[in-house]
Amino acid sequence: MSRIKQAFSNGKAFIPFLTAGDPDADSTVKYILAMQRAGADIVEIGIPFSDPTAEGVVIQDANIRALSEGMTTDGVFDIVKRVRQKSDIPLVFLTYLNPVFHYGYDRFFAKCKDLQVDGIIIPDMPFEEKGELADVAENNGVDLISLIAPTSEGRIKMIAKEAKGYVYAVSSMGVTGVRQNIETDLESIVKAIRRATDIPVAIGFGISTPEQAAKMAKISDGVIVGSAIVKIIEKYGRDAEQEIYDYTCKMKQSVYNA
Amino acid sequence: MSKGRYGEFGGQYISETLMNELIRLEEEYEYYKKDEGFNRELADLLKNYAGRPSLLYYAERMTKDLGGAKVYLKREDLNHTGSHKINNVLGQVLLAKKIGKTRVIAETGAGQHGVATATVAALFGMECEIFMGKVDTDRQALNVYRMELLGAKVHAVTSGTQTLKDAVNETMREWTKRVSDTHYVLGSVMGPHPFPMMVRDFQSVIGKEAKEEILQREGKLPAAVLACVGGGSNAIGMFHAFVPEKGVKLIGCEAAGRGLDTNMHAATMAKGTVGVFHGMKSYFCQDENGQIAPVYSISAGLDYPGIGPEHAYLRDSGRATYVPVTDDEAVEAFEYLARTEGIICAIESAHAVAHAIKIAPEMSKDDSIIVCLSGRGDKDVAAIARYRGVNIYE
Repeated sequence: MSRIKQAFSNGKAFIPFLTAGDPDADSTVKYILAMQRAGADIVEIGIPFSDPTAEGVVIQDANIRALSEGMTTDGVFDIVKRVRQKSDIPLVFLTYLNPVFHYGYDRFFAKCKDLQVDGIIIPDMPFEEKGELADVAENNGVDLISLIAPTSEGRIKMIAKEAKGYVYAVSSMGVTGVRQNIETDLESIVKAIRRATDIPVAIGFGISTPEQAAKMAKISDGVIVGSAIVKIIEKYGRDAEQEIYDYTCKMKQSVYNA
Repeated sequence: MSKGRYGEFGGQYISETLMNELIRLEEEYEYYKKDEGFNRELADLLKNYAGRPSLLYYAERMTKDLGGAKVYLKREDLNHTGSHKINNVLGQVLLAKKIGKTRVIAETGAGQHGVATATVAALFGMECEIFMGKVDTDRQALNVYRMELLGAKVHAVTSGTQTLKDAVNETMREWTKRVSDTHYVLGSVMGPHPFPMMVRDFQSVIGKEAKEEILQREGKLPAAVLACVGGGSNAIGMFHAFVPEKGVKLIGCEAAGRGLDTNMHAATMAKGTVGVFHGMKSYFCQDENGQIAPVYSISAGLDYPGIGPEHAYLRDSGRATYVPVTDDEAVEAFEYLARTEGIICAIESAHAVAHAIKIAPEMSKDDSIIVCLSGRGDKDVAAIARYRGVNIYE
């Protein structure tokens, strides 16, 4: 069983996200390990990009902080290497296609295999474009995770059928960021996904409170939280470990009990 | 490989949220482009609202002064709103209206595309919001007020480098938020398919008119056609009709800013590498980690780190060439054209004029060249004055 599959096999999964190198590499390593201790099932690691068009202001700023501190693609691999010395938690990259393209698909995914990176999410690579790296990802044991949006409608079946790892169901229109209300009819979207595939469905975008997380976990297999955690890091900088630990505990509990 | 490819370039590298919208847009465009009523309406707007066909002006004094090829200027600056941008905007907004959209959004660099979009939105009674980098709202303040006069809401974008690239980022984010009633009027031959194709088609009227008229007046095709390139819409518009005519050189003039040996330029073809950004695979100015590089040009309209995918293909296949032109050269050409022909052109277009000044003298007097004067220069006068150390306020 793949590590991602395993992560969903003991109840509903909680999947926190952070941007690698925000505020620096040492903190990122420390925070990922704190997330694991607090019960995170998978951690999504953002490889920073200069122009993250799918992100709201909070994660945009995190990207800029990481890049201005000198974070690079190799720097992110180094972070993973340090995490892997202490943990075998499933790790999933989230980045834009250009840094991966520029690194070279073969070289990038070989490195992922070496460091046991379990999956990758590329928001600017829709179903139609995934052909150029799907094989190399698969050959290196990296799940190419597909996104399904509130506007996907007739595309759901096609995407879900070929999805790997888990399906990332986008809760709302627009970019990432904390939201008061989520109004998409996610229940019917998740149902449509489940008709096409057996792999787990995790919901992300806009989720920040335990109440929202519980609601989303009830109708899916897991919950992804990004901006709310990045906000904690923005506020506490290098001293966010305890805050991240506490927040992850709280969210995991809420998701697990849903 | 996906749709909308020019060799390896192009594609649809965009978020899943927008995919159905792009597919629908392509279908609707394919339908309407063959629809007689749509074409009649667009032709009428181009003629009676935008003032087409634009003049093909023989620049006699310039020709004599340079002593070589006859120089013709394709006067897109004489269009309503003062640039070629109106050609594309009329097409896209008419299409948006047909498919039931009530709101249009657009990015703008120099403000010409924003002004054109605000204008046509006013004409069609549609809601309009324009995204413009903060640096550009400062250096093109007159155009900001112009857009507001036309009823548009202008957002100053403060993320990233606060120029055209960031304006595109922000417009894409806005479109992802609200797509059902909103069309994104992309201003250049860039972005995900079908934009590079659609914008090219709407701009191809430039080259089509120029080709017909030069054949009437000179009895033969020009030796070369020249246009400035940022994203590349006036250039592709000028080139398209001439692509099959192998004897006609296609020359794109990109912004070399303070020089290619500095990092203050926007010379994507000279200095960029292949990448994927803003929905397309093409050439981009970027660093060794694939981070998009900050670019610079005196011209807000050319201050963009990428170039349309069809240009990338035309260059790599050897059909077109792209040359760098510095700020200094562009400003000199701007002043030269004003003095020699009494035409104040956009600083963007002055990049193409600068290269014409370089090559015309070396060419035969029996040959002609056509320079696309993509826009007028009123918007640039204050900035050029500042460049020359004269502090005037708009």
